[in-house]
Parts: sequence; C-alpha cells; structure tokens
Amino acid sequence: MPTLELSNPAALPADWRDFVALTKPRVMSLVVFSGLCGLIVAPVQLPLVLSFTAILCIALAAGACGALNQWYEVEIDAKMRRTAKRPLPAGRMERQSALHFGVALSGFSVLLMGLATNWLAAALLAVSILFYVIVYTVWLKPRTAQNIVIGGAAGAFPPLIGWVAATGHVAALPLLLFAIIFLWTPPHFWALSLFVRSDYAAAGIPMLPVVAGFESTRRQILLYSLPMAFAAVTPWALGLSGPVYGVCAAVLSFVFLVLASRVAANRASEPVGMDAEKHLFAYSVFYLFALFAALVADRWLPW
Amino acid sequence: MVSPEDEVIRRRQRERARIMALLLGAFVVLLFFITIAKTGMNW
Repeated sequence: MPTLELSNPAALPADWRDFVALTKPRVMSLVVFSGLCGLIVAPVQLPLVLSFTAILCIALAAGACGALNQWYEVEIDAKMRRTAKRPLPAGRMERQSALHFGVALSGFSVLLMGLATNWLAAALLAVSILFYVIVYTVWLKPRTAQNIVIGGAAGAFPPLIGWVAATGHVAALPLLLFAIIFLWTPPHFWALSLFVRSDYAAAGIPMLPVVAGFESTRRQILLYSLPMAFAAVTPWALGLSGPVYGVCAAVLSFVFLVLASRVAANRASEPVGMDAEKHLFAYSVFYLFALFAALVADRWLPW
Repeated sequence: MVSPEDEVIRRRQRERARIMALLLGAFVVLLFFITIAKTGMNW
C-alpha cells in the first residue's frame, strides 16, 4: 500500500490500530490468562456472560495501564530502541489522546466490573490500575532499582480479581497465586533487563543491571527464584490443589531454578553471550502459563 | 478538490466512527445479557 508522507502526523486523528497498540496486547494475554485461571479455579461458578465480562474488564484495565504508562513515559520510550516505534514516540498520536483513552478505559472497566460482578472485585481492579500507574510507573520506576520488586504487585492482581469476581471474597489460594506472580516478576524482568541493559541505561531507568551491575543482578535472579519456586508448590503442600498441580509445579519450578542457576553462572556482559538470560526470559513466560494451566487442569479434569 | 492529507483524515475518521459504532453495539448486547444473567441469579 502506498504511504503518504505527512508534514505533522500527530496533527491527524490517530489510526484506530494505534489505540490498540497503546494497550500492549501481548502483555495483556498473560494478564487475561492469569485472571481467567483465578476465575475458573474459584469454587463458585458465575454465569458465562458474567465470567466473560469479568475477564473483559481485566483485559480493558490492563489496556488502560498500558496506555497510561505510554502516555507518562513518552520521552523514555523515544530513547529506547525497543519502544521508539510505539505510537506516541513515533509521533502518530497526540499525547492527550492517549491520556483520555487510558482514563476512559480505566473508569469504564472498573464500573462495568462493579455492575456485572461485585464491588470488591471492582475496587481491587481500581487498586491494581492505580498501583501500576502511580506507584510503579510514576513513583518507583524512575527512582529505584527495586521498581520491579514492588511494582510486580500490580501484575499479580489478575488471578485475585478473577477469584473475587466469582466468589465475592478473598481466600488463601488466590493470595498464593498473587504471591507466585509477585515473586516471579523480578527474575522475569531482570533476565530481560540484562540483555537490553544499554536501552535502560540510555533512557536513565535505574533497572538493577544498570545500578548494581551484572553479577549482582544474576545473583538476585537466583535468590528470587527460590521463594518463587516455594510459593509455586505451596498450594499443593497446603492441600489447596491436587497432586497433578503439585507435580507440574515441582517440575516446572525445578527447570526454572536450573535456568536461573545458569544465569547466575554466566559472566557475559554483551547481549550476544547472554543465551542463558534469553532462555530464562522465554521460559519464565511459558512457566507462568503452564503453572496456571496445571492448576486449572487439576481443578477440572477428572483424574 | 480534496488534498491527500484531507483524504487521510476523512478515512481515519470514517474507520474510527465505524469501530466506535461496532463497540457501542457490542456493549449494548453485552449489557442486555448481563441484565438477563443478573436477573436469573436473583430468582
């Protein structure tokens, strides 16, 4: 398709595809999946349309977080190769459009969640959005190397929200699911930040590899993987899930620890020598999908 | 005569209006089924 060279692309109404890109659809898939698992393993089953609405609200809230994050970080995104082509730094959209879109999506998702399921789920959804945008994006991310550690809580909310949407109350299992994602986030992000360190350094983001160096980050990846593995098998140990989940969690976590040990042993300082980090990052995404899928299978399949 | 830039603006406005209409329609349908489901839960 021929393209038109425009003198000022931001002066045009943004393309609808750019609004979709603002929501970070790839990140959303893991959020939706973990929220869906929280909803499915809950002891109360909602009517299908209400379950769908609850998941839709979680997805919209995740999209709102993505939009507000990009609205706030436009200057930072422009400095990083990985993010420079996003709609705002590339100049395909006005900054204010992203703000309006993010705020509208946030309000809509919280209201719809409250009307369709219950107001505790809506309140948790609102807290997760505010936590991600204000605590993580605005406050922690530009200030401290512990940004991912505390900010990881924002991404840990979906299974808890899914459970509360179905039951109306908080229980031990969804809190453990929250803990698993919370403890999984640092090794996952630090593995990525090791091989895109130069991007973060150029943008002035104090990610752990930039502030503390490679060796310390690799050691902390391994240290955080240990309590994560412990949290992963705890639902089985406490009798909150069955042996199928227990065996899957043990095997998946063991492989995670092996890969984290390989990262801890690596001494490379250039991305080209960081296969161990790339493998851990890719596996960490699979790990979370597989762990939650095992929990659902354990709950629903007639073993 | 419409300039190429105006043409892009019109096309994007048309596309966005179409998407918005579809989303609003889907929302109305969703609200209808939510209402039916909530009413059913209170029986």
